[in-house]
Amino acid sequence: MEKEKLIELVGVSKSYDGENVLKNLDLYIRDNEFITLLGPSGCGKTTTLRIIGGFVTPDTGRVIFEGKDITALPPNKRQLNTVFQKYALFPHMNVFENIAFGLRIQGVSEQEIKRRVSEMLEMVGLSGFEKRAVTQMSGGQQQRIAIARALVNKPRVLLLDEPLGALDFKMRQDMQYELKNIHKQAGITFIYVTHDQEEALTLSDTIAVMNQGIIQQIGTPEDIYNEPKNAFVADFIGDSNIIDGVMLHDYLVNIRGVDFPCVDAGFRREEPVDVVIRPEDVILTTPEKGQLQGVVTSLTFKGVHYEMDVEACGYEWLVHSTKMEPVGSHVGICVDPENIQIMHKPRSVDEEAAGVDE
Amino acid sequence: MNKKNLWLSGPYLVWIVGFILLPLVTIFYYGFTTAQGGFTFANIINAVTDSANLKAIGLTVLLAALATAICLLLGYPLALCLSRIGLKWQKAVIFLFILPMWMNFMLQMVAINVILEDNGIINTILTALGLEKVHIANTFGAILIGMVYDYFPFMLLPLYNTVSRLDGDLINASKDLGAGPLRTFFKITFPLSLPGLVSGATMVFIPAISDFAIAEMLGGGKIMLVGNIVEMSFTKGQYYQGSGLAILLMAFVIISSLITGEDGENEGGAMLP
Ligand SMILES: Nc1ncnc2c1ncn2[C@@H]1O[C@H](COP(=O)(O)OP(=O)(O)OP(=O)(O)O)[C@@H](O)[C@H]1O
Ligand SMILES: [Mg+2]
Repeated sequence: MEKEKLIELVGVSKSYDGENVLKNLDLYIRDNEFITLLGPSGCGKTTTLRIIGGFVTPDTGRVIFEGKDITALPPNKRQLNTVFQKYALFPHMNVFENIAFGLRIQGVSEQEIKRRVSEMLEMVGLSGFEKRAVTQMSGGQQQRIAIARALVNKPRVLLLDEPLGALDFKMRQDMQYELKNIHKQAGITFIYVTHDQEEALTLSDTIAVMNQGIIQQIGTPEDIYNEPKNAFVADFIGDSNIIDGVMLHDYLVNIRGVDFPCVDAGFRREEPVDVVIRPEDVILTTPEKGQLQGVVTSLTFKGVHYEMDVEACGYEWLVHSTKMEPVGSHVGICVDPENIQIMHKPRSVDEEAAGVDE
Repeated sequence: MNKKNLWLSGPYLVWIVGFILLPLVTIFYYGFTTAQGGFTFANIINAVTDSANLKAIGLTVLLAALATAICLLLGYPLALCLSRIGLKWQKAVIFLFILPMWMNFMLQMVAINVILEDNGIINTILTALGLEKVHIANTFGAILIGMVYDYFPFMLLPLYNTVSRLDGDLINASKDLGAGPLRTFFKITFPLSLPGLVSGATMVFIPAISDFAIAEMLGGGKIMLVGNIVEMSFTKGQYYQGSGLAILLMAFVIISSLITGEDGENEGGAMLP
């Protein structure tokens, strides 16, 4: 059932000026999947992508492509193409020449070049712009040219480094939709870099969450959202309530003096843990029916739902609900056992970065 | 403009009239009149027909072109290398190359002479090695060396500015699309360096073509460039001939800076000397 590994990073490390940017990274990428490297600024996403593209040589470790070691292969010999963070379109060439660049290098016939470039322009919705100077195009248009320039070479893998970073909200949404379509049409592997968790959840088949040069968790968007492996992932993917708790025994956790049934087991007795609860999983009821009692301290309308802060047991609970409770009202809080995520507490900063989960 | 503040522009007006317009008018007056005061083209025509002048023009253009070419061949690879090393080192190397510009011009020339003389440093070394002496001092070669030495920073700076601002991802993109190092150079790096190359060439060629001081200091008075003939004409009181030649030189400078100006504008290189 599992598709073959197309690309594999084995024990890849990289440091700049003595600072470890990537720490013994292992990652494999399956054929045809849309995988996203997601993480905060400076966590090493671009560096990872550049190592796959061949622009950066890792200090240690290997890059495997279809079973062959390509660690030392220069970028021009690799069967992948890149859409750069700032597009990197050639300013001295017009739209047509930019897209035709790769084909010219391959020595494709002029007729064939014409055909394939117009095909690409049509796909990205820029037919008729052949003669335009790329410097006169808008950010969104430049981005689509960059994608066309890469895809026209029919690469096995497309690397995209925050390609939507420079676009406004509406444009981003349109382009996300287009990218998803292009991925389906082209039938190739996409390796996508972003620090926008919503974008990652929308687009990806697989998400690799990174922090400080280490992959924290890798899985489907549903896995990562519903079963974050540690507090970092939970916090980074969507809003979360991360509360100190104590594991009393299997299936029972004490949060701020109140016992909550849960579905996790295998912790030590009395072990301090991080309890993660998504804001949409916090149910507000009347004070008598609630497991906890609290007071609403703020209320914001967010379009689809209301966002409320509820002060209860010395913790400010973030709550998303379609029903609003006015500020100052007394409420009860309930959480279903399956919506409570229990995580080991990291014992040190390094371990926190590493996301060690015993 | 506010009339009350008009007097502020006074010093500049004096400057413009006294040091720019007046000399220009004088040159043009002498250039287009005969000794008797009548209008004539003879001075200009003479400037390009006199055989001594023709020889000087040929020599001047050749020297300026050679100096420009050598500065380019030395400067471009240097600028490319610089853009690949750490920023601190870049600044240090650039500083070293600019340093001589702050030294007095006469001192520079004297120093070059000391190096090139028949009994100078080069020949002392050659003799010590048991090799034959070379005669460079007071030749075409000495002037060429002096020009390259003196004008090299004017080539290096615009080149460095252009090359160091090239986005490294453009090079990466070219490689990404399958181009090897050679093709990447000719299709991306070189075309994108052109503005800097043109600026640098202009910045060297224009002062080189109107030079007379380097030729005088290093040519030992034996080699006459256009600038030297102009200077000599004026010191000998031949204002009419001198002005004719000066106008010709000016035309040359303006034309060459117009040709290159369009491309070089952005790098601040299209300035007239
Ligand atoms: N060429 C380089 N020289 C020195 N340090 C570098 C270099 N490239 C990256 N770094 C450092 O490596 C770390 C990771 O950089 P990287 O560009 O991979 O981060 P990123 O996850 O892509 O961040 P962003 O979301 O801001 O693009 C950063 O601390 C950065 O300063
Ligand atoms: Mg980045």
